[in-house]
Amino acid sequence: MQIRILKDKILSKLMLVFTLASVSLLLIIGIGLYVHSIPILEKSSWGTLVTSSIWKPLKGLFGFYPFIMGTLWVTGIAIVIALPLCLLTALFVVEYAHAGIRRVLVPFINLLSGIPPVIFGVWGVLFIIPLIQNYIAPHFVEFSTGYSVLAGGIVLAVMIFPLIVSIISEVLNTIPQELKDASLSLGATKWETIKKIVLRKALPGIIAAVVLAISRAFGETIAVLMVCGNNAVVPHSVFDPGYPLPALIANNYGEMLSIPLYDSALMFAALLLFIIILLFNIISRLILARLERKLTS
Amino acid sequence: MRRRKAEELFFKILMLIAAIIVCGSFFLIVGTIFAKGLPYMNLDMLTKTPGGGFYIGKEGGILNAIIGSLYVAGGATILGLLISIPVAIFINMYMNGKKFLSDSLRVAFDVLFGIPSIVYGAFGFLIMVYFGFRASLLGGIIAVTLLVIPILVRTLDEVIGTVPLELRDAALSLGATRWEMAKVVLRQIRPGIFTAILLSFGRAIGDVASVLFTAGFSDNIPTSLHEPAATLPLAIFFQLSSPVEEVQGRGYASALILTIIVLVITVLSEILIKKFSKHKS
Amino acid sequence: MTKTPHISVQHLNVHIGNQHILNDININIPDKKVTSIIGPSGCGKTTLLRSFNRLLDNTPGVSITGKVLVDGEDIYDPKAEVTHIRKKMGLLSQRPYPLPMSIYDNVAYGPRIHGIRKKQELDQLVEEQLKATGLWNEVKDRLNASATRLSIGQQQRLCLARGLAVSPEIILGDESTSALDPVSTSIIEDLFISLKEKYSIVLVTHILRQARRVSDYIVFVYGGKIIEFGPTEDVLLNPKEELTREYVKGYIS
Repeated sequence: MQIRILKDKILSKLMLVFTLASVSLLLIIGIGLYVHSIPILEKSSWGTLVTSSIWKPLKGLFGFYPFIMGTLWVTGIAIVIALPLCLLTALFVVEYAHAGIRRVLVPFINLLSGIPPVIFGVWGVLFIIPLIQNYIAPHFVEFSTGYSVLAGGIVLAVMIFPLIVSIISEVLNTIPQELKDASLSLGATKWETIKKIVLRKALPGIIAAVVLAISRAFGETIAVLMVCGNNAVVPHSVFDPGYPLPALIANNYGEMLSIPLYDSALMFAALLLFIIILLFNIISRLILARLERKLTS
Repeated sequence: MRRRKAEELFFKILMLIAAIIVCGSFFLIVGTIFAKGLPYMNLDMLTKTPGGGFYIGKEGGILNAIIGSLYVAGGATILGLLISIPVAIFINMYMNGKKFLSDSLRVAFDVLFGIPSIVYGAFGFLIMVYFGFRASLLGGIIAVTLLVIPILVRTLDEVIGTVPLELRDAALSLGATRWEMAKVVLRQIRPGIFTAILLSFGRAIGDVASVLFTAGFSDNIPTSLHEPAATLPLAIFFQLSSPVEEVQGRGYASALILTIIVLVITVLSEILIKKFSKHKS
Repeated sequence: MTKTPHISVQHLNVHIGNQHILNDININIPDKKVTSIIGPSGCGKTTLLRSFNRLLDNTPGVSITGKVLVDGEDIYDPKAEVTHIRKKMGLLSQRPYPLPMSIYDNVAYGPRIHGIRKKQELDQLVEEQLKATGLWNEVKDRLNASATRLSIGQQQRLCLARGLAVSPEIILGDESTSALDPVSTSIIEDLFISLKEKYSIVLVTHILRQARRVSDYIVFVYGGKIIEFGPTEDVLLNPKEELTREYVKGYIS
């Protein structure tokens, strides 16, 4: 009799340890990356590392500006493409589509989210690159290989489709039918109700979805690396190649230990990513949690 | 009124187009991979390891990478489950009443879920350097385990949330301890655990950035945890970077293999989720 | 009521968040009788019931002061062993929730966790309890079938058998018939009446006629307070309090 109560108590402590250990991973990762960034931070300040454009590892010069800009370009393009498409899709799925159509559409969006990043990369190389090189770029610039921030942005956009659609759909689903009925019964069309009531109510959720999508896009590595050219200069147009931070880390880990300070520089890049993504994630989770509380209470 | 109707129609068409693009991109991707990969597909790809000169277009297959990926994803999922099940039970059944704390933990796991795999890879690399072991199957499994723990915890957490509170009360009112109640709940959510396993396995088998630093690469099938192991996504990546057309083609075929594996897993988990929610309602 | 009652509540206050759900509750539940707690929904009657076996602990944001004595032992004493307290009370909730296992294992679950392992002993217990709830003849040929296959009325009786198998002293029923058809309801009601020879029974119900049919005593709860407590006939037919009269009239007249 006592044994089973003792067992419960011991297991309870054990589970507490497991829980704390796995949650503290967040802290440990941050500290680990920071500790390994110290050597480079001792040499130059955060400010110079982030704003300098000179990347000459062999001379000990590490300027992350081009990589940060590369990340921003690719992410920006992805969001600009994905947000309107996903918002419209979510509205269609939740508000307009018949149950039958919904049953067909939703599984495909889920399937899309299951496709591994490297496959998106392969698809980018096989489909998007030639598309840009032969059909899109010639209208705007004299020559492009296709490997560009635009290619990275398009591939990323497709990758974040499922994330944005599912979050916005969830938010749309929480908007009470009574509210919509109130607008409809005043003679508004469905679209007017969506425009004036639904979207306004869903706005925080849409913002949260975008913030979450941005943080997801920031960290995406392999698919972007395969299509965006990886050239350490600041891009000036969508057809220029770029070199996002994750790609920098992934491409150079091999030499990491053979050039002085290089490992520290790459860990600093990982730290930058970690901090940005941490902030964005916390912001969007807080928005979503508050929204949920408001709508359920 | 006509203008208003026209506006609605316009946006309806726009929505339809958007939905077609979003869902169509799935077919575009899978279609492209099939079209390019199928011509290079053969039995050797699945049954042989790379022979001499494989990377300049000679004999061999990617069995090493298929097995390596199964090892990494399988090992990480098992290890991840051993950690996540207690965590999910703890959050749901041992923190009674302290809703703020359990919700904070959920947010923390959501945030961990958002950390990109390249960061887990870099961190896994730091752990390996710290403990002084080289890129190996074990290193890969550890890094990927970190990656899947948040997925498993949140999925299990959601599944446990679907168990009616009254069932827990029923067990408790018979004098069960919390652990005995947890066992009843685990029994109830067995299909849900299976879904979590599939989700985690699917994510683990397709991820590159976490194994890039940690698992290494090898043309042989690993025979111990301390040997480096090839993984499918990395094999695809390497073959694609080759200038030899034959090797690139096999990269496409490898991509096809990975796509099929992942699709099967996703479809299975979709079916399970459907079934599961049907039983509940 | 000469010896100490099974359940004695003293100055019980329950807050959930900043809501005062139960306000200074004092009551002795009569032994070997059926006591019904009645009152409008949201008055705190379910909370009161759940405070008896500390299922209330799991509610987010709950704070409890005062005493609930079960056999003279304060169950809210930090040293009290909650599993022992709960074992003394069988709970029958609104809808049946069979455990995800066979009919046999459902009944045997409680005895097993409390240390009974012998097959013979378990067999006997299961048969005994299934007979006590009138289920034996209906299920004796399919004891290993999943409990979810039973009809909802049968499931509710199974849940009762499951609760009786840990030999409780008290049975708590939380609107236990509200999800059942009339036939099953009357079977369960008859069970309550026959079981009171061995057990003290506390029921929460919002059906006054049911309270009148099955109970010996009635507790009327309103706004988190006990307004009136006494023998069934007295409370329902000759209420002393104005509030009780209004409530009873609203339903019976």
